[in-house]
Amino acid sequence: MSTEQVLGLYNYWIVIFLMMTGFYIVIARKNMIKTIIGLNIFQTSVFLLYITMGKVRDGEAPIIRPDAEPDVIYSNPLPSVLMLTAIVVGIATTALALALIVRIREDYGTVEEDKILILDRES
Amino acid sequence: MNNLIPLLVVIPMGVAFAIPLAVRMNPRLGELLSILTALTLLVISLFLPSQEIIYHIGNWPTPDGIDLRVDGLSKLMLLIISGLALVVGIYSVGFIRQFTGHYRYYTLLMLMVTGMNGVVLSGDLFNLYIFVEIATIASYALVAFGGEHEDLEASFKYAVLGGLSSSVILIGIALVYGMTGTLNLTHLASRLDGHVLTPTLQFALALLFCGFGLKSALVPFHTWLPDAYPAAPAPISAILSGITSKAIGLYVLVRLLFNVFGITDDLLLLLRWSGGITMVVGALLALGQWNIKRLFAYSSVSQVGLIVLAFGFGTTAGIVGAIFHLVNHAVFKPLLFLNSGAIEIAAGTRDLRKMHGLRSTIPVTATTHMVGSLSIAGIPPFNGFWSKLIIVVAAVNAGFMGWASLVVLMSIVTLAYQLKVQTAAFFGSNTRSPEVTPSIATGSRSNAEPLFMAVPMIILAIGCGALSLLTLTGLDEPFFVASAAEVLMKGVFTW
Repeated sequence: MSTEQVLGLYNYWIVIFLMMTGFYIVIARKNMIKTIIGLNIFQTSVFLLYITMGKVRDGEAPIIRPDAEPDVIYSNPLPSVLMLTAIVVGIATTALALALIVRIREDYGTVEEDKILILDRES
Repeated sequence: MNNLIPLLVVIPMGVAFAIPLAVRMNPRLGELLSILTALTLLVISLFLPSQEIIYHIGNWPTPDGIDLRVDGLSKLMLLIISGLALVVGIYSVGFIRQFTGHYRYYTLLMLMVTGMNGVVLSGDLFNLYIFVEIATIASYALVAFGGEHEDLEASFKYAVLGGLSSSVILIGIALVYGMTGTLNLTHLASRLDGHVLTPTLQFALALLFCGFGLKSALVPFHTWLPDAYPAAPAPISAILSGITSKAIGLYVLVRLLFNVFGITDDLLLLLRWSGGITMVVGALLALGQWNIKRLFAYSSVSQVGLIVLAFGFGTTAGIVGAIFHLVNHAVFKPLLFLNSGAIEIAAGTRDLRKMHGLRSTIPVTATTHMVGSLSIAGIPPFNGFWSKLIIVVAAVNAGFMGWASLVVLMSIVTLAYQLKVQTAAFFGSNTRSPEVTPSIATGSRSNAEPLFMAVPMIILAIGCGALSLLTLTGLDEPFFVASAAEVLMKGVFTW
């Protein structure tokens, strides 16, 4: 694979970078808020993957204009539409997780997982 | 009749959002509405024909529009979902009063049913993902419903792992869509049929396997389950283990492998090994547990492993055995979890070491629990025996002697940990636990197993016996399980 090809796939590199960043945060961070941030970054990378996939080379926005040339190429609108739904799902998960964190903080007074583990052992 | 198919999704969703409004008029309407809904769904699914129907939403033809598909397998799943929702709904009337905000509980329960029905009916990959998410997000909230420390922690862990697995599934779907240009299951199957999977599609399949494997708690993706099931209220543990993890995990996995991607020898090998390892690890971990609900949770892991293993034999008998065991597990495991709710109220603890001689306090539970234990351990004449028999015979006929003996061995381990529960909880005299103060009731019978809780347990216990009668039509094809197995054996969907 030549350098040009590698650089030409830059959208995928961004996706992979974001995905691994998010994954690392989810695994490595003990703070619950940061875990959720990591999860969100992970999800965002997937959204990007879909949306860049829908772009067709030289394609324009998929809106039919009366004055358009007959052989015009449109981008694929479906991935963007799917991602609208997936973003809603992601927000639902985030909202629920944040609500849980609020309750956990009320109960334990901390959102650090290792401290919660210690508190659990003591009780 | 076909026009009723979308109602299976629409009714529970509508009721879910109607409940918060209805309880303003009368607080009891929440329970009533959910029980009635479950009953309606059960009737509709009973009258669905068993042959394949594709319902085109808005009359759009197949690759353009959204399809709902009903066949033998989805009909069977729909029956289990609505049946269990009904039983759990009745039980909840007696059980959930100890919590505040009942109506939220029923709303979430109905949303979970919506999600599961949607998954089972969905004819395209992306809608399937959305319904999986509806069901899982509702289940995160239900796991935390008790509001205790450990409930919140378990739910958070479940939400993070579930969120990761959903994203992994989404990447898998993206790759499949990018490679084939379609999301419709039938269309997808026809495009993949006869082609060797490209490396990208193999990777996509691996991602989907891992994602749905986590939802169905296959080892090594099972770590959320032993926290989540014990944290949930007993009726929710019952429905989660009975059907949710199967409808949104196992069902999708099997559907994709057998009907869309097309099963190969390598995939069967993968199913056998992941199922076998899950079965052994789950059973051995269950053996060492003293928390009654955690023990049952590990037992669920083990039983799901057995089902996956049986699917992995790839023969008709293996698939019939797997589906039959799935049905049976949806009867005896909810029974055990519902019993654990009554035991918890009567003993005031989940720790088996601290409870003793509950037989006199909760006689109904003691009896139904005996039935459930014998059934899950595979003792005749209960249903668990027949499905395990079919699986073992299938393994021997397919030439997997090692797996057959492992299944028998794990049955003995299952019997061992069930006997542990029996001896610890029910036998002996009721004198050894003075230091435990029961949380709700002082061990009085009327409080520990009111009518609303006893009836569902009795129904499920009768089910354990009655399902054995399905084998009357012959061990090869127990009634209506056969039509579900046939769908899988037919291979990929034809266009």
